[in-house]
Amino acid sequence: MSAAPQKARAGAERIDVTVSAVVPVNDLVTRFEFTRADGRPFPPFSPGAHTVVEMQDGGRTRLNPYSLMSDPSDPTTYAISVRRDDAGRGGSLFMHRNVKPGDAMTLSYPVNLFPLDRRARKHVFIAGGIGITPFLAMIAHLEHLGGAWELHYASRNRALGSYVEDLTAKYPHKVHAIFDEDGEAIALEDLLDGQPLGTHVYVCGPAGMIKWVHDTATAHGWPAENVHSEEFLAPQPGKPFEVRLCKSDIVIQVGENESLLEAMERCGVDAPFLCRGGACGQCETEVVEADGTFDHRDHWLEEDDHASGKKIMPCVSRFIGETLVLDR
Amino acid sequence: MTIQFNDETFRDDYSFRNSDRAIKRFPFPFHEDSYMYSVNMEQHRGGPSGSVYEKRFDVDEHYLSEMRDRAIVLAEDPLRCQSLPHMTLAGWDTLELIMVSKSEDYPDLFELHRDGSRWRWVNKPMGIDHTFTFLDETTLPCGPLEYITRQAQGDYAVLDQRGDMLYMDAGMVTTQADWSLDFDIGMDFFEWHAPVPLAHEMGIFKRALKFLLNVQQGAPARRLNWTMTVNPLLDTSPENYHKWGIQKTTLTPENIGAKQHLRVELQTFYRLPRSNALLFPIRCYLIAFQDIVSVPKWGRRLHRVVRDLPDELATYKGFIANRPMMLDYLSQYDDGLPTSPGVWPDLETEPPLQR
Repeated sequence: MSAAPQKARAGAERIDVTVSAVVPVNDLVTRFEFTRADGRPFPPFSPGAHTVVEMQDGGRTRLNPYSLMSDPSDPTTYAISVRRDDAGRGGSLFMHRNVKPGDAMTLSYPVNLFPLDRRARKHVFIAGGIGITPFLAMIAHLEHLGGAWELHYASRNRALGSYVEDLTAKYPHKVHAIFDEDGEAIALEDLLDGQPLGTHVYVCGPAGMIKWVHDTATAHGWPAENVHSEEFLAPQPGKPFEVRLCKSDIVIQVGENESLLEAMERCGVDAPFLCRGGACGQCETEVVEADGTFDHRDHWLEEDDHASGKKIMPCVSRFIGETLVLDR
Repeated sequence: MTIQFNDETFRDDYSFRNSDRAIKRFPFPFHEDSYMYSVNMEQHRGGPSGSVYEKRFDVDEHYLSEMRDRAIVLAEDPLRCQSLPHMTLAGWDTLELIMVSKSEDYPDLFELHRDGSRWRWVNKPMGIDHTFTFLDETTLPCGPLEYITRQAQGDYAVLDQRGDMLYMDAGMVTTQADWSLDFDIGMDFFEWHAPVPLAHEMGIFKRALKFLLNVQQGAPARRLNWTMTVNPLLDTSPENYHKWGIQKTTLTPENIGAKQHLRVELQTFYRLPRSNALLFPIRCYLIAFQDIVSVPKWGRRLHRVVRDLPDELATYKGFIANRPMMLDYLSQYDDGLPTSPGVWPDLETEPPLQR
């Protein structure tokens, strides 16, 4: 209809914020709290949602997704918890080292790729390490609405168990803390057994844990649609490669420590994205020509898409070879 | 802006009329001289001043009469409004979105005063001044979705999103183009679109679903759809087909200009913040053929679109039998001159009818 044609910028809408608090949680994890720069309330959000944090790191713009962990009913504050990754590409280090109270930053509007299934009679949460963050928002939400839930939370030890003290103090009968260094493990088969009909399981943590929960639940006859997971992939470094973008008519170099999506953005190409972690499907790009091997790392494309060599998710996937031409 | 609300009916004596202003701002759906399906989505971020695209929820001269018609339909058939048990939060989301939008966009007509969860809602045109507790259903006379959509023009489908699929799990549907919420409740996106011809083969619905799953909070979208209706009926439901279907046989060359209406749906899409459901408002606008042809560009173009529409679409939209009579009427208003691109009436620049 073109009533008022507008060209949207890629990604979700943005909110200018001020860092209101930087709170060390333990040796690895720091919480960052934000208020809105314009003083208005934040939009409400659904638990499980993430925000993409824009970091101005020297001349480079970093965009990292983090789960919103604050109480969704509190419109004054958004909060995230960031685990320092010393071997990563530098986003979490930037947050830990450079971000101070009073700093101006930009967040994306909330995007939810890990929603609660509201038909559930009961919600069982399984968290590993920093994977606790979306469950903090879900728990606050269900406590307001009176929904049934329980949490099984594995961390390395008590000192590194972010928020484990608060949670066990507040909800002693619903929170089950498990510490790897004490030789404990989540008794997954036992906890899947005997849940009331209509229970949904949610898992957030390392890839191995997510696979273990899906596989075990399947083996115990759980319907796939009752088991939910979220894993953000951080783009992994890799060998530099060259790409021709035929719509933009430019050739770009993807560096060792940047993703293909980031390289496109650095070169001024406004490529679509939402999660930047291989999960949402927004950045899916057609391959026009390729002579080499794809390093597919996303959760979005089907196996036959990966095998076809016709599609790539530039937020996390890479390429090794001579020629790559993309329809972008 | 003050709106003079019409006192009119969409049944029995059909006293519905569009004022000159309503004709000029009608959402004419054809941007060129032919029509085929497309996923014709754009952002819903306002539009030209005075147009139906300007506000998040357009309020026009038909507001009070449309709300009276909705109340009649609901009294006869309460199942026109349904909400599956897990959709109550999405109902509150809908109430919040509409109250906030209308009070901001039409401050002279609607007020919302919020003190924590204690909310006071003032709807001046309908004479409502009500204080209630947000998220506490016992403080409203009915569910939140029904409460607010009895005060908002257009139908509302509320879609739950689970595992990359949308489900028709709640809605208020009394002004529909021949589909039934009671029949579709709980269906997934492909199931409720199953009756539409051609579009499945064209891959339209796969692309549309992918788009809708990614409609994000803060970034609503919109598109237009259209069909034809004999007499200005809002409630063209399957439940009442026995009442309105037969009216299609009452068209004559003498009455077609007044009786035959183009029915346009302004469809918008909002990600609801608390529930993560997708709200799908479907706002129906009606205009008589004799009013369309008062805009020379629209008269020329409507003739060409109706003439060249594939038979499957004319059948699906329910006017294949009346198409020859429509063309006899519309051809009087097509002098063969070219039309300007786009949907706007262009009254200043397009030539008058040359015959």
